[in-house]
Amino acid sequence: MKRLATVTVAAVMAAAPVMADLVFPSLSYRTGAYAAGGIPFADGYADYMTLLNERDGGIGGVMTRILECETGYNTEKGVECYEATKGEGSLVYQPLSTGITYQLIPKVTADNIPMHTMGYGRTSAANGKVFSNVFNYPANYWNGASLVVNHLLDLNGGDIKGKKVSLVYHNSGYGKEPIRTFEELAKKHGFELTLLAIDHPGQEQKSQWLQIRRERPDYVTMWGWGVMNQVAIQEAINIKFPMENFIGVWWSGSENAVLPAGDGAHGYKAITFHNVGSDFPVFGELAKYVVDAGKAAGAGDQIGTAIYNRGFYAAMLAAEAVKTAQKIHGVADITPAMMRDGMEALEITEAVMTDLGMPNFGPSFKVTCENHGGPGTGAVAQWDATNKKWSLISDFAGSDMSVIQPLIDADSAAYAAENGMEARCN
Amino acid sequence: MFPDQFLFGVEVMLNGLMAGVLYALVALGFVLIFKASGIFNYAQGVMALFGALTLVGIMDGQVPFAHLINSVFGTDVHHFGWHVPAFLSILLVMVVMVGLAWCVQHFIFRHLVGQEPIILFMATIGLAYFMEGFGDMMWNSEIKKLDIGIPQGGSMWIEEATSFLGGTNFYGFFIDKLEIVASLVAIVLVIVLVAFAQYTKQGRAMRAVADDHQAALSVGISLSFIWVLVWSLAGFVALVAGIMWGAKSGVQFSLSLIALKALPVLMLGGFTSIPGAIVGGLIVGVGEKLFEFLIGAPFLGGATENWFAYMLALVFLVFRPQGLFGEKIIERV
Amino acid sequence: MFYRESGDFSETYPADSQTFPIKFDRYRYYAVLVVAFLIIPFIINDYWANAILVPFLIYAIAAIGLNILVGYCGQVSLGTGGFMAVGAYACYKLMTTFPDVSIMFHILISGGITAAVVTLFGLPSLRIKGFYLAVATLAAQFFLVWLFNRVAWFYNYSASGQINAPDRTVFGHLVTGPNTDAWAKYMICLVFLTFAGIVARNLTRGSLGRKWSAIRDMDIAAEIIGVNPLSAKLSAFAISGFFIGISGALFFSVYLGAVEVGEAFGIQKSFLVLFMIIIGGLGSVFGSFAGAAFMVLLPVLLKNVLVGGLGWDTALAAHLEFVIVGALIIIFLIAEPHGLAQLWRVAKEKLRLWPFPH
Repeated sequence: MKRLATVTVAAVMAAAPVMADLVFPSLSYRTGAYAAGGIPFADGYADYMTLLNERDGGIGGVMTRILECETGYNTEKGVECYEATKGEGSLVYQPLSTGITYQLIPKVTADNIPMHTMGYGRTSAANGKVFSNVFNYPANYWNGASLVVNHLLDLNGGDIKGKKVSLVYHNSGYGKEPIRTFEELAKKHGFELTLLAIDHPGQEQKSQWLQIRRERPDYVTMWGWGVMNQVAIQEAINIKFPMENFIGVWWSGSENAVLPAGDGAHGYKAITFHNVGSDFPVFGELAKYVVDAGKAAGAGDQIGTAIYNRGFYAAMLAAEAVKTAQKIHGVADITPAMMRDGMEALEITEAVMTDLGMPNFGPSFKVTCENHGGPGTGAVAQWDATNKKWSLISDFAGSDMSVIQPLIDADSAAYAAENGMEARCN
Repeated sequence: MFPDQFLFGVEVMLNGLMAGVLYALVALGFVLIFKASGIFNYAQGVMALFGALTLVGIMDGQVPFAHLINSVFGTDVHHFGWHVPAFLSILLVMVVMVGLAWCVQHFIFRHLVGQEPIILFMATIGLAYFMEGFGDMMWNSEIKKLDIGIPQGGSMWIEEATSFLGGTNFYGFFIDKLEIVASLVAIVLVIVLVAFAQYTKQGRAMRAVADDHQAALSVGISLSFIWVLVWSLAGFVALVAGIMWGAKSGVQFSLSLIALKALPVLMLGGFTSIPGAIVGGLIVGVGEKLFEFLIGAPFLGGATENWFAYMLALVFLVFRPQGLFGEKIIERV
Repeated sequence: MFYRESGDFSETYPADSQTFPIKFDRYRYYAVLVVAFLIIPFIINDYWANAILVPFLIYAIAAIGLNILVGYCGQVSLGTGGFMAVGAYACYKLMTTFPDVSIMFHILISGGITAAVVTLFGLPSLRIKGFYLAVATLAAQFFLVWLFNRVAWFYNYSASGQINAPDRTVFGHLVTGPNTDAWAKYMICLVFLTFAGIVARNLTRGSLGRKWSAIRDMDIAAEIIGVNPLSAKLSAFAISGFFIGISGALFFSVYLGAVEVGEAFGIQKSFLVLFMIIIGGLGSVFGSFAGAAFMVLLPVLLKNVLVGGLGWDTALAAHLEFVIVGALIIIFLIAEPHGLAQLWRVAKEKLRLWPFPH
């Protein structure tokens, strides 16, 4: 027992920071029901930071350090991870789980640490007037819903009146988020919306797909995660639903979702807010400095997959925010509060991305005090089963903010009222 | 010509039957072990996952514990670079499952003979935890595609042959080929199991143990051999269930949750009856699909399948506390 | 040697039948209370509160509740997660509907509401027994989770179905919300746990507890000697539900602050609490504490040793954690099927005689 205690004490001691560095906690999940989505994101996030260390010697001369903590997509472990890492000067949290995000929103605000929930989490956090420390640029679920509908409009020459659209969603906070937006858009454009809930984990979806087969909607859209994605795609193939009319949100648009279904998944679409594939100069440098040096995170077999790119992109945005913060405050070793300022003043332009070797990887945008949500742009990607890769079939385009902004304002106002908060940015 | 709504109902029912067969398959594994040893084996679902993981691992020539080896020795091994044919791999996995059964008996339940049922149940939960971590460590936790050549997709033949029944809105009955195969396999498996129990020496010994441990011991039947045997059989059944489910959704963690689908089946059919597991499975499959079709989706907002099976079983149990086919509970003071 | 009882005489019946009849035990109990109430609150930090002590205290309340049902009354329940959800959602609705009433009352009333719901789901226990009952309580688990996810009224029609705990105070100190001090979170849970522990201990050694034990040992025989199974079983369900409801309310309002029903109160929670009481010891209040401590502390300890201390990869550590927890459960069951409480009892017996065991 005594030896065990010594080991524990030693463990705590060893974990203490020894030198100044930029700490990026990575609340990852490499186990559990959603591991297949968590692994590539965590790998991409870590690899970009390793690349910065190896190639540039960190950011502004300060080395970066990834502090990985396994959450298993579980909120309680998420809390434990947050408490364990926040004392080490963690700069920005990216939990990759809507449940943990809701959990952490009040906590990070109280501790004045920023949180970046890219394409997930609480959508109304886009309103910087209420949510000072939460950012969800460049796009959120409600943008996603609008992007799906915009794509349908494009396909039909701008008129989808009377079309039938089914939304297959994960029956949780994550899956329920876009419903209200879809309902508003259905009112505006006059399409018929059917909601089909699928319970965690989504192994069994026969009833829902038989219903789709009976009702024969023109389009099916999906808000799925984990095993639900590939089962849904398989069932859609089984009932011979035309794949090009089946559009997933970005979390349903990974290789994991389509690969198990084989050739049948050819033509499946998903919206995305960043570019796909590994055809960017930066991946050459990644191979040189990280992969060949044997420093790739995880098994190193995820590079270029959709969710890996998302983790990579998230890390890039975080690193750019650090640079912005360093510029604003004039110190290299920044604090979480400075990081928050950096994120709020972040500006990504095409020139910046080209410099980084990631031309056209994501949208150009500027974060402001009021708008933490970015431009809400996205593109449509389509799966090519023969070459096993995604390719963009549209340009990055904006979403219908005239519908989304009122929803964001209403929801964030409700949050502000519930918690007695004053609006910022005046 | 029938009204469409009626035909849709029939279609839902047929699909329910197919789903029910798969539930019954999982439940069968529970029944085998419970009958012979009184252990309620919560790890049955994880065994299905473990079996399927091992099958994919062997087929693709994955190096077991690659992650552990790589991080301890700094090597970079992932695959042996060979592909084992499906049939041979299944045989190898069966050997693994027998080995697992032996380990379970030798290291765990041999030491727990005569304990209360709830303690045995807890031990199987411990086993489930252990195997979950062990399986992930051995074969890593990414999604794997399982392809042993089972056809998938709706059966065109049935669709075309039945489409004349309804109007233009009716396409013909949709039945997944995978589920047809699964049903056939399940039926064959049940027949083989029953024949095994009925006509072979080991089978008879198994039934003797199920009837009365001490009497079986006194006529010279080795209890530990029988227990290894039933755990192997349960492992084999789990493997089949894992293959059928894994072919549909890829092999990943959620496979282990199919055990939860089998519990209401067991309640309905009774923990000790093989025909009960099958009939229970069919009732649950048809019941939950029809309920979702008739009441759940139109009136309750859907996703009712998770609880409906349990509620159905609960109602049945209030009238027949030992399940439909369970042995009558006789209580004496 | 360490454990002296010579010279320890009981002169009255109450003195003889108290919880800790041996003086040494009694002092140890007082010492634990002093440390818990007067020392820990002053040295506690955020990590210890949020990651270790608060979950431990809350799970201990749930474990006491479940132990009354399973350990004392012998009715196996796998609906704990769903029942905790009832407590959590009741508390949320009360907190948002009556913001001016003290949260202490909200938590207690949530316990009462949960007790009513649990009693309702306990009705089938009059007919269904053993494992069949265990599986029947799963119906409650799945149905309740579905209900709270489905009916928007329960989560005040928020977009994602999450519920968030607003800030509430007790005697002017925040106890919920993000700005709560670590010690305040800890104290409110500790107060409820102490209350639960004392009530449970005294109920289980009174006439109600003896009725429960009689039902557990054999319900037909109990009926013959005059125990009414209806009132005995349902009272066990109700009291168990009361504690589980309190723990659910605290779990949501004090510990997590925001929950989503399927994720926080899923079937895993039911199994986790059942683990605690079996590892800790069925039919023992101390066992509930020990089991909760074991199941909360072990994963955190393993994680800190493997990842923090040995610098292992998090994924590998998480897998190994499962293997170790699973193996430990099995080893414990083999070594001592009656749980940590029995180990403790044996250790005490040994200590009483040590160093002259013969």
